[in-house]
Amino acid sequence: MKLRKLGLTGLWLSLTCSMPAWSQAVDPNLGRNLAANCANCHGTNGVSVGGMPALAGQSRDSLARAMKEFREGKRPATIMHQLSKGYSDEQIDLIAAYLSAQKAR
Amino acid sequence: MTNNFRRSFLKASVGGVFSAGLGGLTLSGCAAAPARPIGRVMVIGGGFGGATAAKYLRMWSGGTIEVFLIERNTQFVSCPISNLVLGGSRTLADITRGYQGLRELGVQVLHDEVSAIDPAKKLVKFRTKFADMSYDRLIVSPGVDFMFDQVEGLNAEAQKTVLHAWRAGPDTAALRRQLEAMPDGGVYLLSIPRAPYRCPPGPYERACQVAFYFKNAKPRSKVIILDANEDVTSKGPLFKAAWKDLYGGIVDYRGGTEVKAVNARDSTVRTDFDTLKGNVLNVLPPMRAGDIARTSGLITANDRWCGVDWLTMESAAQKGIHVLGDSTLSAPAMPKSGHMANQHGKLAAAAIIELMNGRQPSMAPMVANTCYSFVSDKEVVHVASVHRYDAAQKTLVAVAGSGGVSAQRNELEGSYASAWAQNIWSDMLG
Ligand SMILES: Cc1cc2nc3c(=O)[nH]c(=O)nc-3n(C[C@H](O)[C@H](O)[C@H](O)COP(=O)(O)OP(=O)(O)OC[C@H]3O[C@@H](n4cnc5c(N)ncnc54)[C@H](O)[C@@H]3O)c2cc1C
Repeated sequence: MKLRKLGLTGLWLSLTCSMPAWSQAVDPNLGRNLAANCANCHGTNGVSVGGMPALAGQSRDSLARAMKEFREGKRPATIMHQLSKGYSDEQIDLIAAYLSAQKAR
Repeated sequence: MTNNFRRSFLKASVGGVFSAGLGGLTLSGCAAAPARPIGRVMVIGGGFGGATAAKYLRMWSGGTIEVFLIERNTQFVSCPISNLVLGGSRTLADITRGYQGLRELGVQVLHDEVSAIDPAKKLVKFRTKFADMSYDRLIVSPGVDFMFDQVEGLNAEAQKTVLHAWRAGPDTAALRRQLEAMPDGGVYLLSIPRAPYRCPPGPYERACQVAFYFKNAKPRSKVIILDANEDVTSKGPLFKAAWKDLYGGIVDYRGGTEVKAVNARDSTVRTDFDTLKGNVLNVLPPMRAGDIARTSGLITANDRWCGVDWLTMESAAQKGIHVLGDSTLSAPAMPKSGHMANQHGKLAAAAIIELMNGRQPSMAPMVANTCYSFVSDKEVVHVASVHRYDAAQKTLVAVAGSGGVSAQRNELEGSYASAWAQNIWSDMLG
């Protein structure tokens, strides 16, 4: 990203100048942000208000396994086989970790 | 959402729940606040983009950002599912929700219209109730406005009877009444503008819903679709199969047929080929970003759409202002949908929280889309896609190999579509 595009403050600049490769820095919110893509159908933080499987609080393994099986066409689906193909193994693991840590209702 | 969850937001709420009865705004009432706000975000438009952004800003900032949502309507009426009100299987009440859930999350909801933005002074000005307010960052998600002047004869008088009903609400009910008043054997004319417009599959779903109503209530009637686009712009084979199998003899689709003029008195429309008479004219004019985006200098493309930086949704024209939803100049293969506007809201919320904390926003945002269309009262077809940020192209692009459409129309996805609506309304409104 270009510096001028961000409208940076001096403070911000001085903080980030010590980070030579920003894009490589670990993003602590990546799992949260990716899992937010699930919320439109499965409810905020995976807490479904009904009619869709709740994802909050499910085990990390079973969430990740389901996504990978959808992706590989090993699990019957109407739409999840198409959506799961948008995500890498690493991304699926981050999503599973985030959702499994959420409180089920 | 659990009560604990709600309570923790309430406690973190900076100004407490703002009372709209205060008249002029005194925002110094933060004395009792448990945490000092790191800044204020104002959100214009409580639809799919704006409401989602407001909620996620509160939730993800742990209540440290003060959020005002300004919406001219006191209730949210969903465009998704509104075609079913025309078909008769849902009511307006089914698709109407309030803003209380957002208030409980500490969003300060003000019902008024924003009349102007002053980007230099970072000020928002209101039409009626409130005094000018300042912001640290502004989100603009006003949806679309309509280019009536592009259709000859579609003046203010004609608009009283020739409806678009492309914003759900009273017009949805009025269009339904027109259909009910139509005699059996009558003609409903639906005109679709050239893409891009709000909700690519929406007009074809509407044609199905009106045909569904006719089939049951007035089977000699016709649905004539006049499409300025050469062919159906979304889920074409699935819609065409529905028209043939379910509504044979009712739906007449004509691609490459742009409505150039409307004569409301004679109830006719004119295309390049002929003049057609209809009992009910439903003309969708070409669309552009909402008026407030236009008057605030946020439009960057064709005098219609607002260019944004897809890492933050920040306007390409004005620093500190983020534009969401239908008003944006869409990234490649990105539809103007409520689902996508919701995703824009989350992307912007995440980025704004980082920016306001002096940190680098994510360099790898991803968004997804799902649009379900009801071809009858129960059967549905979907289109889905996943998009990732591409640093070289500086835009969101569809992930190769992802996405697709339904194999065929089916009832299972009918139940998913209803559940989608309940979940997304809750995801945006608390
Ligand atoms: C018939 C139909 C069916 C559809 N079906 C689907 C579907 O199944 N799935 C799907 O994903 N999408 C669907 N859509 C598309 C979806 O409705 C839009 O893409 C979505 O509403 C865009 O969100 P937005 O935030 O950009 O605008 P909106 O949701 O329209 O929100 C904009 C809000 O801003 C307010 N506003 C504007 N200007 C001001 C101002 N100056 N001051 C105060 N308030 C202001 C408006 O009152 C409005 O509430 C459908 C649309 C239609 C018309």
